[in-house]
Amino acid sequence: MKKAEVIRVSGPLVVASGCRGARMFDVVYVSEQRLIGEIVELKRDLAFIQVYEETSGIGPGEPVYLSGEPLSVELGPGIISSVYDGIQRPLEVIRQQKGDYIKRGIQIPSLDRKRLWHFKASVAVGQKVVEGDILGEVEETSLIKHKILVPPGLGGEITEIKEGDFRIEDTVAVLKDDDKGKTFEIKMCQRWPVRKPRPVKEKLPVSEMLVTGQRVIDTLFPVAKGGTACIPGPFGSGKTVCQHQFAKWSDAEVVVYIACGERGNEVADLLLSFPQLKDPASGKPLMERTVIIANTSNMPVAAREASIYTGITIAEYFRDMGYSVAVMADSTSRWAEALREMSGRLEEMPGEEGYPAYLATRLAEFYERAGKAVCLGSDNRQAALTIMGAVSPPGGDLSDPVVQNTLRVAKVFWGLDDKLANARHFPAINWLNSYSLYHENIKEYLEKQVSPEFIELRVEAMRLLGEESQLLEIARLVGLESLSESDRLILEVSRSIREDFLHQNAFHEIDTYTSLRKQYRMLKLILDFYKKAKRDLEENKPLNEILASPLRTKIAQAKYSPEDNV
Amino acid sequence: MFKEYLTVSQISGPLVIVEKVSDVKYNELVEIQFSSDEIRRGRVLDVSVERALVQVFEGTIGLDVASAKVRFLGRSQQLGVSPEILGRVFDGAGRPRDGAGGIIAQKFLDINGQPINPSSRDYPTDFIQTGISAIDGMNPLVRGQKLPIFSGSGLPHSRLAAQISRQAQVLGQKEKFAVVFAAMGITFEEANFFINDFRNTGAIERAVLFVNLANEPAIERISTPRLALTTAEYLAFELGMHVLVILIDMTFYCESLRQISAAKKEIPGRRGYPGYLYTDLATIYERAGRIKEKPGSITLLPVLTMPEDDKTHPIPDLTGYITEGQIILSRQLHRQGIYPPIDVLPSLSRLKDKGIGRNKTREDHADFLNQLFACYSRGKEVKELTVILGEAALTDLDRLYLKFSESYEREFVSQTEFQERSVKETLNIGWRLLSQIPKEELKRIRPEYLEKYYRV
Repeated sequence: MKKAEVIRVSGPLVVASGCRGARMFDVVYVSEQRLIGEIVELKRDLAFIQVYEETSGIGPGEPVYLSGEPLSVELGPGIISSVYDGIQRPLEVIRQQKGDYIKRGIQIPSLDRKRLWHFKASVAVGQKVVEGDILGEVEETSLIKHKILVPPGLGGEITEIKEGDFRIEDTVAVLKDDDKGKTFEIKMCQRWPVRKPRPVKEKLPVSEMLVTGQRVIDTLFPVAKGGTACIPGPFGSGKTVCQHQFAKWSDAEVVVYIACGERGNEVADLLLSFPQLKDPASGKPLMERTVIIANTSNMPVAAREASIYTGITIAEYFRDMGYSVAVMADSTSRWAEALREMSGRLEEMPGEEGYPAYLATRLAEFYERAGKAVCLGSDNRQAALTIMGAVSPPGGDLSDPVVQNTLRVAKVFWGLDDKLANARHFPAINWLNSYSLYHENIKEYLEKQVSPEFIELRVEAMRLLGEESQLLEIARLVGLESLSESDRLILEVSRSIREDFLHQNAFHEIDTYTSLRKQYRMLKLILDFYKKAKRDLEENKPLNEILASPLRTKIAQAKYSPEDNV
Repeated sequence: MFKEYLTVSQISGPLVIVEKVSDVKYNELVEIQFSSDEIRRGRVLDVSVERALVQVFEGTIGLDVASAKVRFLGRSQQLGVSPEILGRVFDGAGRPRDGAGGIIAQKFLDINGQPINPSSRDYPTDFIQTGISAIDGMNPLVRGQKLPIFSGSGLPHSRLAAQISRQAQVLGQKEKFAVVFAAMGITFEEANFFINDFRNTGAIERAVLFVNLANEPAIERISTPRLALTTAEYLAFELGMHVLVILIDMTFYCESLRQISAAKKEIPGRRGYPGYLYTDLATIYERAGRIKEKPGSITLLPVLTMPEDDKTHPIPDLTGYITEGQIILSRQLHRQGIYPPIDVLPSLSRLKDKGIGRNKTREDHADFLNQLFACYSRGKEVKELTVILGEAALTDLDRLYLKFSESYEREFVSQTEFQERSVKETLNIGWRLLSQIPKEELKRIRPEYLEKYYRV
């Protein structure tokens, strides 16, 4: 490995001289402790390095080793159920080997080198394969069959294929490429640079819905499989609980949860609760489909910047196998802040609020890695990668540059509201300013899966909620008494939509997840009551009598009735 | 022996530039000796081949370019600890302040600590009874949580913090506990209030105090919370104690940080605070918690005064994004003579859900507090409406809610400084108030609990 020398240290920024030939974003190892860093700027033979670990005790004159390779992740069996830090070091293994605190200079391979995996081949000798073709599979967990793919850029005729128990570094197949005149040994693991999106054959418009089991989202503001959504809100408005709910109940096949600069205890909660929670579709522990990237707020800031990319690359890898993958990034504001911190130390010219001018580009690049796509490979399998990013704007102010730049690229906006959170109306998603641009895309899906009526019900519910806010405004001026009875009925029904339908208790064993079918039935119940009440009102029945109907108790109890009773 | 440099070239604010240095490391501890033989300490903020930028902890008053001798100590700032540390009072930089000699250290710990591996964290689940209804009933505190008090100048946050440290206990257990108290930039009187309170209750024997007063060097404040948390980590994870850490007042800490950042000519973020304020605060707050298979815990109670009572000011804002909830004090309630003036609606405890319920407090607690929140919030809305429309425009139900919210503030939130309510008492008061509201309105409570606890 080429060696250079430290000439300056300022927090996580280290400058080294003698780096001629080094490339941007190459990984380097600083000092004999081998702290991992990445080159973020080059000037003549000087390299500016962002170091992913605490740099206390490092000084000029110490060596810097240039790896000549960009920051990469290891992809292969063993990723699922793992908990990694921002640069894919396995936290559980670190705990077993190094104790309860994360010390510096730890180098542990991301994947277990010794573990044997049973590889089942699905191709035969003599068969021609192209990049992305499935060579075979490994049963990684009972939920995930880990497909071993021909890495991008390779292809040719299979000259050797094995079957049996192998370690990830063992060769399982050999390809001969006649055009290039080369042979390639394919192993079960491969490396991929995190900042480079993994290729697909073709991107497709989205058409299916990602069911989250959260009523306000699925019914009013749905996200499509392969779509992008953002959830901004001030602290205490329930961003993290929402993200946890998505991670638990989304009907994606693989979930990558990126805890980026967030609280340690929340990660602990995920780690302790996921193994116990069951996937509603399969009944298997949720951990068997989940990968967690945890770079909490007190862990090194540069690794926080990398964590988003580490997570999305792992997600892309599973998408390439043909799975529907969902990524939760909590929170992209912390990632942007890490970007700002490094930019400040590089003495770059700041843009809005001190964020670097390239913030918008970086955000857009990240969200564009989502999408529904035809994967590489001759079988043209389709897969989707959904991104749901939390944003934590200072003071809940939506004019914050991270929010604004995210809104330009994310197609669904779930705006969290302080007022609702204070009244403990959770999820505190404001139904008046949130939106989803996927209604048209998933129309057909809903008509087929639920009922054509579902869409009408949604429109009707949104209309009532909109009308309610206007009526309340009027009531504020002239008093509730002066509203007409039909207006007061609207107020009562919208209150019922809010309290009996939109309000959902994430900690209630039944209420925490609602299937689409049940959502439809619940909403129908409320709106049927409205229809009937409107008729009764026309027949001059008194409003109080109508509102005392026993149907209303049934509506209120509906959310707590088990799925089987629907 | 350490090399002595006489090559100080520039002094500006708390920063000193030393030239022609060799073998200096980042974050190394520095001693500067000057004309009067006085020694001040600092640390290396930026080091390049021949130049080091040093931040002086005690300020640079009286320092001169010509005679300053600089020694680099080859280690970062450390704190000597031993079990004798309990019962002692130190200054903001860790020197004894109580007249007794230095402690004989069993070991020296780096005050910056190391991040706890998220995989090693144990989720906090033990309910702490503080004896204060607005906390126990509505926003319960659990062991290992970091729950700040957002206050304003003139509000009784000191009294509240002292009351919590006096009364906090885990139900049905007698365990080793300790209080670590760090004062940053508060006045002598406030500090004295705490010290006397600890003395009067005998708590001083189980306490360690780090005190940096308003007139003491602002730069020292940067170390004060770190010294306190290093002590707490030692007591909790090596001696197995349950430690409550009180940091008062974080606003002054952040201002010191801003002062240094400005002196370094860094690009400022919001309101002149450095862009890394979030990360810096996180390295303090995140040291709270529990570790699997270790008996102790660190519960953190930072107190901060919001400038102009503004919750969106960067200090409370960033704190709120790191901590697990917040207790907000309200000037309005304080004016009405209600103690503790806890503004229940915007206050929050994120970790409450696993700390309450059957076998912890009572099975109805979760539903109970959700319902109280909803009713109180509705009551407050009605109150606003009354201001505009007058009471005549209210419906009967609205009137009930109005009455509820008033009695809620007077009977539930309000208590005295030395009153310790058990969680059962708190729940009973709440149910008595809830029973003013018609049963069918209480939608957040499961029918079986309504059946059991609702009394007309």
